[in-house]
Amino acid sequence: MTVIPIEKKVLNENQRIAMSLRSRFEEHRILCINLISSPGSGKTTLLEQTLARVGPEEKVAVLTGDLQTENDAKRLARYGFPVQQITTGGVCHLDATMIERALASWSLAQIDLLFIENVGNLVCPSSYDLGEAAKVVLLSVTEGEDKPPKYPSIFAKSELLVLTKIDLLPYLSFSMEQVRANARLVHPGMEILEVSSRTGEGFDQWLSWITQRRQQVYERICALQV
Amino acid sequence: MHEIGIAAAIIESGQAEAARRPGSKIIGIGVRVGVLAGVDNDALRFAFSALVAGTDLESLKFEIENCRRRNRCQECGNEFESDIYDASCPQCALGDILLVGGDELELAYVEVEEI
Repeated sequence: MTVIPIEKKVLNENQRIAMSLRSRFEEHRILCINLISSPGSGKTTLLEQTLARVGPEEKVAVLTGDLQTENDAKRLARYGFPVQQITTGGVCHLDATMIERALASWSLAQIDLLFIENVGNLVCPSSYDLGEAAKVVLLSVTEGEDKPPKYPSIFAKSELLVLTKIDLLPYLSFSMEQVRANARLVHPGMEILEVSSRTGEGFDQWLSWITQRRQQVYERICALQV
Repeated sequence: MHEIGIAAAIIESGQAEAARRPGSKIIGIGVRVGVLAGVDNDALRFAFSALVAGTDLESLKFEIENCRRRNRCQECGNEFESDIYDASCPQCALGDILLVGGDELELAYVEVEEI
């Protein structure tokens, strides 16, 4: 009987495809953002309001994942940017193969900013790298302040926390201070933004966060090419 | 509940590793799962046993080693293990941290015997 050490990632195949996607994104100077949240936290609405605010000359594209239905893609397609629905048929997360397959019908040269709206789930999507530059986690104020410690993996791995539906705060006992403190215990230094997709509050900060991240991608790629 | 897919990937890669050693048969698999891997031990064990049940791998041993969360403070450079829910730097308590461990999901070893 022999024990053979392996030291290999279990999701090796997913990782391999994610790395290849990441280098293709860099090659085409694409900023790819993976949006993750519970169902109903407002990912699609945040995207709708984001698309409504970017100029028509911008090369933005969206991949949106759900277990079933094309509803989200229909909502998002109204803004005139390329949108594709990925229906997982029951799978609780998107994986890198699904992204690779969906992107096969698009020219990456026509994209500068790619949003991936993951399946609504705070657990499984945290295990699958999609080649994104950043994971962004959304938490609506109608959920609990203790979601960060309840789902530490996704909060630890996401660069930015977007607190959504803040127009509802007057009707709730949700404590912004508490949720911020919780998030920063799980992920010290985590960036946090507050938005309302209904009133537009906080969108300036959200859009400037994206611009800043696009600038970073651009600078890093320029540095690599020197 | 994505542990079924993960257990299937574990069994598949374990078999592939064993297949590279002709004349041997796989009898055990060890994995390393970080506390932040988003994988539940019980669900993973359950998925593993459900997948091997009734196959020639039914008696396959399965060992899970859990790894703690490890962080590096970007402020003072301190590297430290922490609780999952509280990763503030014990040295300076203010730094932005980088996750350096705890999200492992790795095949650690396969155990084989000669046939």
